[in-house]
Amino acid sequence: MTSIAKPPVRHPGLVRNELGLSVRDYEGSMSTLCAGCGHDSVTAALVQAAWELALPPHRAAKMSGIGCSSKTTAYFMRQSHGFNSVHGRMPSVTTGASAANRDLTYIGISGDGDSLSIGLGQLSHAIRRNVRMLYVIDNNGVYGLTKGQFSASADVGSTSKKGETNVQPPIDPVLLALTLGATFVARSFSGDKAQLVPILKAGLLHNGMALIDVISPCVTFNDHEGSTKSYKFTREHEVEISAADFVPLRREITAPAAEAGVTSVTMHDGSMVRFRQTHDGYDPTSRESAYAHVRACQLRHEVATGLLFIDERGSDMHAMANTVSTPLVDLPYEQLCPGNAALQKLMEKYR
Amino acid sequence: MSGINDFAFRIATVNGTGSASANSLLMQAIFRMGVPVTGKNIFPSNIQGLPTFYEIRVSKDGYTARPPVVDLVVALNPATYARDVALVRPGGYLVYDASWPLDPTLVREGITILGIPFGQLCLEHFVGDRDRTLLRNIVYAGALAALLGIDLDVIARMLTEKFAKKQKLLDANNTAIRLGYDYAKAHCECPLPIHLEPMEATGEFIILDGNTAAALGAVYAGATVGAWYPITPSTSLMEAFKGFCEKFRTDPETGQSRYCIVQAEDELAAAGIAIGAGWAGARAFTNTSGPGISLMQEFIGLAYYTEIPAVFYDVQRTGPATGMPTRTQQGDLLSLAYASHGDTKHIVLFPRDPEDCFRMSVTAFDLAERFQTPVFVASDLDIGMNDWMCRRLTWDDTYRPDRGKVLSADELEGVKKFSRYLDVDGDGIAARSLPGAHPNGAYFVRGSGHDKHGAYTEDSDAYQEVVDRLARKFAGAADVVPGPEIHRQAWADVGIVSLGGCDAAVREAVDQLRERGIAADYMRIRAFPFSAAVKEFLEQYGTVFVVEQNRDAQLRALLTIETGVPRDSMIPVLDYGGMPLTAQVVTMAVANHLTGAHT
Ligand SMILES: Cc1ncc(C[n+]2csc(CCOP(=O)(O)OP(=O)(O)O)c2C)c(N)n1
Ligand code: SF4
Ligand SMILES: [Mg+2]
Repeated sequence: MTSIAKPPVRHPGLVRNELGLSVRDYEGSMSTLCAGCGHDSVTAALVQAAWELALPPHRAAKMSGIGCSSKTTAYFMRQSHGFNSVHGRMPSVTTGASAANRDLTYIGISGDGDSLSIGLGQLSHAIRRNVRMLYVIDNNGVYGLTKGQFSASADVGSTSKKGETNVQPPIDPVLLALTLGATFVARSFSGDKAQLVPILKAGLLHNGMALIDVISPCVTFNDHEGSTKSYKFTREHEVEISAADFVPLRREITAPAAEAGVTSVTMHDGSMVRFRQTHDGYDPTSRESAYAHVRACQLRHEVATGLLFIDERGSDMHAMANTVSTPLVDLPYEQLCPGNAALQKLMEKYR
Repeated sequence: MSGINDFAFRIATVNGTGSASANSLLMQAIFRMGVPVTGKNIFPSNIQGLPTFYEIRVSKDGYTARPPVVDLVVALNPATYARDVALVRPGGYLVYDASWPLDPTLVREGITILGIPFGQLCLEHFVGDRDRTLLRNIVYAGALAALLGIDLDVIARMLTEKFAKKQKLLDANNTAIRLGYDYAKAHCECPLPIHLEPMEATGEFIILDGNTAAALGAVYAGATVGAWYPITPSTSLMEAFKGFCEKFRTDPETGQSRYCIVQAEDELAAAGIAIGAGWAGARAFTNTSGPGISLMQEFIGLAYYTEIPAVFYDVQRTGPATGMPTRTQQGDLLSLAYASHGDTKHIVLFPRDPEDCFRMSVTAFDLAERFQTPVFVASDLDIGMNDWMCRRLTWDDTYRPDRGKVLSADELEGVKKFSRYLDVDGDGIAARSLPGAHPNGAYFVRGSGHDKHGAYTEDSDAYQEVVDRLARKFAGAADVVPGPEIHRQAWADVGIVSLGGCDAAVREAVDQLRERGIAADYMRIRAFPFSAAVKEFLEQYGTVFVVEQNRDAQLRALLTIETGVPRDSMIPVLDYGGMPLTAQVVTMAVANHLTGAHT
C-alpha cells in the first residue's frame, strides 16, 4: 500500500453531513490497486456509507490482514486509525482492540484468501464471540496479491486465467456464518453500489459482527470467461433475495409500520432496516429460511445477494463477558489496583 | 543434611487419587511450625492412574532448591516401588502400606522399612471406596506427623480452617489423621532421628506458586485484557488471574467486570488479541509455554516492528515438540530473545521464584509500554507450578504505571501532522497515539516496510532508518531492565553465572563450594538485554561457569552473541532432564572441573 496523498480538491458545493464533513473527508490515500479492481468500488461504497452515517472518523478503526483487499483500509477514512496486521489474523487483533476499547467502530476488511484459507479459524471464532465489528470480505475467488492462485471460495469448475480448472469444493462465507451463529449476514456485489451502501450502513450499526461477503472481481487474474467471480458472471447470476433499506434513527420514519411485503428490524441505536420482500416466503429474521434460500440459489448456480439474515437481539462479546460499559482503556488505574491493604489480607491465605 | 529440621521426604502415589491435598497439608503444617520448607510436585501428563511424586524439603538454613538426597520415601504405588526404594539414602527410611505382605522389591539392605496398614485402617473405619481412597492420603499424613514430629495441633487447626463449613468432612479427616498418627506412635520409633522442631524462621514468608504470583502481578500492574489458550504449565496463571479479577475487579454496583479474558482458539489468536488490545491502549498479556511461543512468532515480529506493547508469559516446559509437558526446562531462551523472522530482539525477564514473578510482572508491563514492544517473562514449570516459600508480597501504593510516551488528546490538539516513528527525544522511542483519542493522532499501523512517518516504503534508507532506531531503542533498554544480581566473596577466583529457577540451587552450591575451599562469585542475570555489568563480570574471572537448564547452553550462546565474550571461555553446566536443579549438580560440575584443571 502506498500513501500518495490525493490532492485535497474542495468543491464549494460538496454536501456536508451532520459533522460538517464532506464525502471527501471520508476518503483515504490514492489506491494503488489495478484499474477496475472490484475492491476500489467497495472502498467507494464504504466512504459513502460512513459519510451518510456521519461517523466521526477518529472514532473508527480500520482493521485488515494481508492481500490486495486488505490494503484498501488505507484508501478510505484517513482520519481514522488503521491496523494492517498479518495474513489471516485481523479477527484476533480486532477482538483484542474491541476488548480494550468497546466504543470504537471497527471496520474489518479482508479477502477470500485472508478469511477463508489462512484465517478461516480466526473468522469462525470471531463470529462465535460476536465481536462488534463490520467484517467485509472482498471476495474475488483468487489470491490477487500473489498473482492469481485459486482461493478457497473458487467454485468447482471455474477456470484460472492460465486455464486450470478448480476441482475442490468452495467455502461459502455466507453459509458458514449462518451455521456458526452469525447475527448479521449479507452478500453483495462491488458493482452494485445501490445495494451495497445500505447494507454497509446497517452493518456498521449492528450490535455484533456484521459479515458481508462482497463479490469483488479481480480484473487482472479472475475476470475472464470461465470464472464465476467475474463482473459478467456475477451480473448475470445475481439474484437479490432481499432488498434492504436503511432508515437512520435521525430520519423520521413515515412509512406505515406494516406495509405489505415489508419487514422492519430496529437496530441497536434505534435506526431501522426495512426489507422489501423479493422472494415469496423469505424471512431475513429466520436463520433457517436464510440458509435454505441461499442453498437453493447455489444449487441453481445463482448468487443470492442482499441482507440475508439479521438478529439484533444476540449478545455481543462484551455482553457475554459482562464487561463494564466504560471502555477498559478509560478505567482509571485506581479502579484496577486493589492496593497494599488488600494484598496483605490476601497474603494470610498463603500462610 | 539429614538431621533435625534438615531432611527431605518423598511421597510416591498414583495421580488422580487425591494425594495433592494431603501433601500440601504436610508442607503447610511444617511451614506453620516456623521451619523453612519447599514442595516439588513431580506429576505426569495425564489425568488419572500414572505415577506421581511429591518431594518436601525441610531446611533450617532456608535452602529451597530440590533436595539432593531423600531421607524417607512413602511408597504407595507398586508400579514405582523399585525406583522409590532405590532413592532412599543409605540409613534412610521407607514407609509402605502394610495392609499387604511386604513386596520383595521394597526390601533393601541398609535402610529401615516401616510398615503401616493404611488401606486396612481405612477399610475398618470408613465406608465406600471413594472415601477410603481419599482418606488413605490423610492417614499417611497422620503417620508422617508422628514419624517426623509434625505438630498435631497445627494440623488440626488447618483442617478446621479448611472444612469450617463441612463438619462431616472435618470429622472424617480428623479421624484419619489420628488413625495414622496413633498407629505410627504405637508401632514405630517416633519421632525418627530426622524430625522437626519448631523454629521461628517463616514469619515473613508465604507459600506461593509462580503462576499465581505472576497473575497477581498482572492485576496490580493494571492489566485489563488477558488472552490465552490452555497449555501446561501456564494454564494456572490465567486461572489465577480470573480468580483475582473476580475478587478485585468486579464493579460493586453493577457486578460487571473491569477486565476481559478471552480464551482464544489458539495461541496465534491469543497473541493477536493481546497485541490488538495493547495497540488500543490496554495493558494486555498472554500466557503460554514453548509450543505456544512457536505459534506466536509472526505476531511477535509484528508487535516488535510496529512497536506495540504486550506482555508474554512463557512458562517453559521440557523439550521441542510436545516434549515433556509436566517437566521443567529453560529451553526457550534463544527463541524468546530473537523471536520471529527478520531482525528482531526482545526484552526478556527471568524471575527466579514466585516473588520475582510478582515483581517482574509489573516491571514487564512498565517496560512494554515504555519501550512500546513485546516483553517476555520467562518463567518455568518449577517456578510456575510448585509451592515455594518466598517472602511475603508487599505493594507500594504510590506506584503508578509507566505508560510511556502516549500523546493525550490535548497534546494532539496542537499537532499538525503526526508522525508515528520520529525519534524526537533521541532515545529511540517515538511517541504513540491511541485510536479514538483525537483526529490528529490517526495513523496507519503497518507490518509492511514503513518510514519514520509510518508511511509505506520500499526505500532502503527509509527502511534502515527505522530498524536502526529500533536497535538503538533496544540498546537503551539494557540500562533500564533489571540488572544482574551479583554475590561476591573475598578471594573468589571463579565466577558462576545463572538465571531464573536455577538460582536456588546455585546459591546453595556456592555455599557447598565454599565448604570445599572454592570461593565462587555468583551473578544472577535478571533480564535481556544485558547491561554492561554482565560483560564486566564475565571478564573478571579466570574461570566462568554458566549454569542453565537446557542442552545447548543457550544462555552461554546469548552471552557470547551479545557481549562478544568468547564462547569457550565459559564452561557450561547443563541440566536438562526436566527436573528442578539440585545444588549437587552445580557443585560437582564446578569442583570436578577445577580439580581436573589443577592436576
Ligand atoms: C503468512 C503469510 N503467508 C503468505 C503470504 C502471502 N500472501 C499475501 S496476500 C495472499 C493472498 C491474499 O488473498 P486474498 O485475501 O484473497 O486477497 P486479494 O489479494 O485477493 O484481495 C498471500 C498468500 C503472507 N503475506 N503471509
Ligand atoms: S490483482 Fe486483482 S485483486 Fe489485486 S488489485 Fe489487481 S485486480 Fe485487484
Ligand atoms: Mg482474493
